[in-house]
Amino acid sequence: MMSRWTIVAAAAALLAGSSLAQAQTTLKVVMHSDVKIVDPIWTTAYIVRNHGYMIYDTLFALDGKGEIKPQMVDGFTESPDKLTYKFTLRDGLLWHDGKPVTAEDCVASIKRWGAKDPIGLKLMTFVDSMSADDAKSFTIKLKSPTGLLLFGLAKPSSNVPFMMPKRVAETDPNTQISEFIGSGPFVLKTDEWKPGDKIVYTKFKDYKPRAEPASGLAGGKVAKLDRVEWLAVADQQQAVNALLAGEIDMIEQPAYDLIPLLKDDKSITLTNYNPLGLQYTMRPNHTQKPFDNPKVRQALFYALNQKDFLDATVGNPEYYKICKSLFVCGTPLASEKGMEGLLESNFEKSKALLKEAGYDGTPIVLLHSTDLQVLTNLGPVAKQLLERGGFKVDMQSSDWQTVVSRRVRKEPVDKGGWNLMQTSWVSADILNPVMTGFLNSSCDKAAFGWPCDEQMEKLRDDFARETDPAKQKAIAEAVQMRQREVVTHVHLGQYYVPIATRSNVTGILSAAAPVFWNIEKK
Amino acid sequence: MLSYILRRLLATIPVLVIVAVLVFLMLRLTPGDPAAVIAGDNATTEQIALIRNRLGLDQPILAQFAIWAGNLLQGNLGESFFFKKPIGELIMGRVEPTLSLAFATMLIAVCVAIPLGVLAAYKHGSWIDRIVMGFSVLGFSVPVFVIGYALIYIFAITLGWFPVQGYQPLSGGFGGFLQRLVLPAVTLSVIYIALIARMTRASVLEVLSEDYIRTARAKGQVERKILFRHALKNAAVPIVTVVGIGIALLIGGVVVTESVFAIPGLGRLTVDAVLARDYPTIQAVILLFSGVYVGINLLIDLAYSLFDPRIRY
Repeated sequence: MMSRWTIVAAAAALLAGSSLAQAQTTLKVVMHSDVKIVDPIWTTAYIVRNHGYMIYDTLFALDGKGEIKPQMVDGFTESPDKLTYKFTLRDGLLWHDGKPVTAEDCVASIKRWGAKDPIGLKLMTFVDSMSADDAKSFTIKLKSPTGLLLFGLAKPSSNVPFMMPKRVAETDPNTQISEFIGSGPFVLKTDEWKPGDKIVYTKFKDYKPRAEPASGLAGGKVAKLDRVEWLAVADQQQAVNALLAGEIDMIEQPAYDLIPLLKDDKSITLTNYNPLGLQYTMRPNHTQKPFDNPKVRQALFYALNQKDFLDATVGNPEYYKICKSLFVCGTPLASEKGMEGLLESNFEKSKALLKEAGYDGTPIVLLHSTDLQVLTNLGPVAKQLLERGGFKVDMQSSDWQTVVSRRVRKEPVDKGGWNLMQTSWVSADILNPVMTGFLNSSCDKAAFGWPCDEQMEKLRDDFARETDPAKQKAIAEAVQMRQREVVTHVHLGQYYVPIATRSNVTGILSAAAPVFWNIEKK
Repeated sequence: MLSYILRRLLATIPVLVIVAVLVFLMLRLTPGDPAAVIAGDNATTEQIALIRNRLGLDQPILAQFAIWAGNLLQGNLGESFFFKKPIGELIMGRVEPTLSLAFATMLIAVCVAIPLGVLAAYKHGSWIDRIVMGFSVLGFSVPVFVIGYALIYIFAITLGWFPVQGYQPLSGGFGGFLQRLVLPAVTLSVIYIALIARMTRASVLEVLSEDYIRTARAKGQVERKILFRHALKNAAVPIVTVVGIGIALLIGGVVVTESVFAIPGLGRLTVDAVLARDYPTIQAVILLFSGVYVGINLLIDLAYSLFDPRIRY
């Protein structure tokens, strides 16, 4: 029989246990989308990139100043001819299954990323060989010097070169992985992942953070939360209601029209975590009339202006920036060289160019997405500005996935093809001429829109080969000048989406992607 | 009766086959390319083609159908293009929230609507009748999301009695399960209360003019007994039909309510799958919904004989 003291002790232990359980900090978050895919190399979807930052780690990372810093790498050496790089991994790196991270894992991960990502693909054209020297170090030999190696390995946005175990990284890059083990600061709870409901991460207790303080995507990734839940709440109004009621702790991207509701509540904090923001873009289809004619494409630069688009989609100037630079304002390659007189809605100039090009007034098909709030208003503004600039516009509305499916069709317009579409990029994806996917002008090998320009490709190759930042900037300006002629796409302004949190949530890092290390909930 | 059930069950096979073929063809013929969705903004034509190849979407439609139908016959619904999970598992994870919501809604609707309908019929032409019918019209007319937001504002945000959103499985505790189910179930039940109350009123009103009701009254039966034992039982056939179809509709079509209250049910799975062009998932859920409709219709037909002994199979 148990004594009275045993019962009291047991009760105390139970209470202690329950208070310990209560002390577990759980952050409940509504992200911009539900996580449907969990392979950040297979897809470029930003929600999957964000998931990647939870469970995977990177060899290098950009810090808060945009400088490349070692992350999983302890140190590296560069040969004087800049052709051989030897990397050594930090001590104590472990996969979530407890096995050590090896150099072979990293080589396999770089290969898989290099077969999918635009920077990776370009980088691989410079790589002569990659091999593991021992368990902790590996060597990359180049055919010719390139500034892309370290930048590529520190690439902050989709596709991020996340490290995976060799057995996982050897999966065909066009097939989704089926094992989700990383070495990052959080572990995916596969047993609790319910697509359409929630995805759950718990702190990886054996993660060894760097000693430096967290900065951007670099530095010590100290997980200060025991558990993070990303909840799938499709209705923005409901997400805001839940945040105001304290049922959730964070909304990654609150809708602009609901921000005043949040601002009025003292228990809510709005944080602009991504100082680079995003950029709106218009893409013409270079393979179809009339945009197969460069003069007609150039007319776009004259007919459009950024302010109208930003006012219609974002509204509050606090959250947007008019930026004529092709490469994001506030980054090293930003420049307005060659952009004088463009993006100012000079309708007469636009009409003159169309006349010069012999545009016959055939309506152009503008794909308009109606279900993504952040894109919906772009279409009507584009239609109005283009019509004032002399175009005839047939705006065809559909859901975003139909736009996505249709934009890859090369058929003529009357057979389901298209002329113009609009989208937006995370600025961290368009920092230089190589990583900006829409600048790829390799004809059939380019992304939808299929621009074809040898000179642009040569400039991009020159940029990839260059390692001197000053010369890189000069090449980037040359790209911008060439872009004025070729018009692979038209950039329509930068905008920012703040994170909304309860005021007891602190430590949000300023970075190109939302990350959850360093965040505390008091 | 048994042979009737067997015949009806056999008759579901051609229905499901036709649904399967139609859904398969419609998905392939409508605009959409899951490979382009997966590949993202940077993808080259070559990369999209490779993904299409891995998903088997580059094969002729007939071959794709043969593979899918072959797997289906072996009880394999396939794997979602996106979730990397077996579709059977995805559906099973969504059944509990949807069934809970459907049955809670119908329970509220039946408990409220039938007495209201009977009362309106009994007090035909009175102010009670007009109030019930007025409520019925209102219930039909106000969109479900408006009712949802109004209830959330009053009971979740202002009074704080219920959570704003979310679902808690029954295994997580009955209290939490019920607390999170009340608002969405009440929201959804409004339209069904309106529908069932109207149907009950009309049916009971018709029965109340029958000779056997007059006979019961002449025999001195109390009004309550006349209404609920004689009138309602004889008026039950159309009411059962509405309730049954209501349950079938609730299982497949509560997308708005599931979205507003963040309930991870079958409706949201369907919408997510459609928006992502997740063909295997769409095919499986539509087939499931068809099966549910056919099954519930069979149950409704069988229930008729319980209420009306003249109906024999």
